[in-house]
Amino acid sequence: MLSPTILIAAVVNGLLTGALYALVALGLTLIYGVLHIINFAHGALLTAAMFAAYFTYHLFGIDPYLAAVLLAPAFFIIGYALQRFIIGPTSHGDDRNMLLVTLGLAVIIENALLFAFRADTRTIDLSYAFSGIDLGFAFLPLPRLIGFGVMFVVAFVLWLILSATDTGRAIRAVAKEKLGAELVGIDVAHIYAVTFGLGTACVAIAACLLIPSYYVNPSAGNAFVLVAFTVVVLGGMGSVLGALIGGLAIGVVESFSSLFLGESLGQIGIFVLFIVVLLVRPSGLFGAQA
Amino acid sequence: MRGLAPVFAVVVVMAVVPLVGVSNVTLNFLVIALITALAGQGWNVLGGYGGQYSFGHAAFFGTGAYVTAVLQVRYGVNAWIAFGLGIGGGALVGAIVGGLTFRSGLRGSYFALVTLAFAEVLRIAASVAPITGAGVGTLVKLDLRPVALQFQSRAVFYWMILALVAVALIVTRLIERSRFGVWLIAVRENEDAARALGVNTTAVKLAAMVISGAITAAAGCFYVQYFLFIDSGLAYGTWISIEALLTPIIGGVGTVFGPLLGALVVRGLGEGAQIVTGGEAPGLDLVVYGCVLVLIIWFAPRGLIGAFAQLRNRVMRPARLVETGHG
Repeated sequence: MLSPTILIAAVVNGLLTGALYALVALGLTLIYGVLHIINFAHGALLTAAMFAAYFTYHLFGIDPYLAAVLLAPAFFIIGYALQRFIIGPTSHGDDRNMLLVTLGLAVIIENALLFAFRADTRTIDLSYAFSGIDLGFAFLPLPRLIGFGVMFVVAFVLWLILSATDTGRAIRAVAKEKLGAELVGIDVAHIYAVTFGLGTACVAIAACLLIPSYYVNPSAGNAFVLVAFTVVVLGGMGSVLGALIGGLAIGVVESFSSLFLGESLGQIGIFVLFIVVLLVRPSGLFGAQA
Repeated sequence: MRGLAPVFAVVVVMAVVPLVGVSNVTLNFLVIALITALAGQGWNVLGGYGGQYSFGHAAFFGTGAYVTAVLQVRYGVNAWIAFGLGIGGGALVGAIVGGLTFRSGLRGSYFALVTLAFAEVLRIAASVAPITGAGVGTLVKLDLRPVALQFQSRAVFYWMILALVAVALIVTRLIERSRFGVWLIAVRENEDAARALGVNTTAVKLAAMVISGAITAAAGCFYVQYFLFIDSGLAYGTWISIEALLTPIIGGVGTVFGPLLGALVVRGLGEGAQIVTGGEAPGLDLVVYGCVLVLIIWFAPRGLIGAFAQLRNRVMRPARLVETGHG
């Protein structure tokens, strides 16, 4: 019944989708690795970035791929400011408060977008949105191929920042031993904010890659972030490599489960996998012991 | 019983409200606020006293609601019995989720995530399973007789939810005064230290989760009897989980009256936002909720009750330390 070509097509499609999951998860895992909290505002920030990409195209005619170059620094600043001036001071150093504040921010951002733009679903039409490479058994749309490539570039740049710059070393120091880092003169509040900014910039790039082939409405980001949680847990919270491999793996799992189980049950497949991984191996496949 | 006097005083004052001739709109507002309060009281047992922040209490609310509705509609079970079984269903889900997560030693962010995931799994399952009515939802037949747990008068519904809230208040107070409550607070303050002192932390957290699940499920059971309709979004929606934690945190986390006060404030603000904008502003009430949540954590991390206690201490300048019920 199922020919191998259908299966190969499912794998290829899964990998292309998985790359975007990986990119969203990259920001999430980076923030977790350093601040040790799950950023529940990640989805709302993704939605906000998708709206930003939509409007830069709609109002100024800027191509989303070009807009990524503008939006990534803009969202870095937004993320930095959020952590430095709101999340940090608000949480009084308590992880539980930090979780709640990111949740509160998610509620505010998502509903402010709903208030401003209503629940309408918006899409943009790019001339090349439907061009792509036809492999005969599978069609690879150009926007998703670009997304796949950009994800690796972003991951590489992130890896360079973390391994080769002073800020990157400070980030890794804070992630490992916060008190020690503070003692040797690292400004922990600043590093926290930089990390949050980097994570938010990842989300902005992901939004620019998503918008040509996806739609945006005030809750568009949530679907991706629930998957990103799974990716982060699967890959090991805080592991960049884990997020990459986890994202691609989840893309393939989702592609297969919607092939065999149908669209809505395919989603359950992801959550069940998520719960099982959390219960059996909460440190993930690549993470250190939690 | 020691310490129950304030509970009785508050409940009696609230019970008089329908007798002084308030409108049905006001009564409806209070019923909805009390449903939220009850869901929040459930969260408060586990989150407020035990420090385990669940982001998925909709799992309990929805299970209570669906058990109550489905047993009546599909199996012809009496509403009172279905209501009781709905509460039991919530306790069972609490035992399953708690048993799995606490045994695996999940805490903090991990616990928040896994509870969120359980609620989502249930939501998606309920939206496709035929027994729940799938996407259409389940409609409970109108039958305005006490034996069917439906009442002509809104006041009776109000007293019923008030009675449920009162039971939850008493349970919370008794927990606070018990050895179990002390263990629970010890887990919140420092789990490793509590275990080192011989507290069976897993069992304590599990018991708190079962009680918590039962209380929040009761809110779902009542919801079904009041609105006579449930679907997967109403039952297991993310918003229920957020409201369940919002009310105790705003009112005063880990205090007996925190969820009740928080629910009245939150619902009042939401209603106010709708009135100011003439109901033409979708999402604005939720923006207000989010802002209040952030501001409370920022400036009054122990909620309104904690802030009042602090204010009173400053004004009265007492010689002794005042207990606030929160370490």
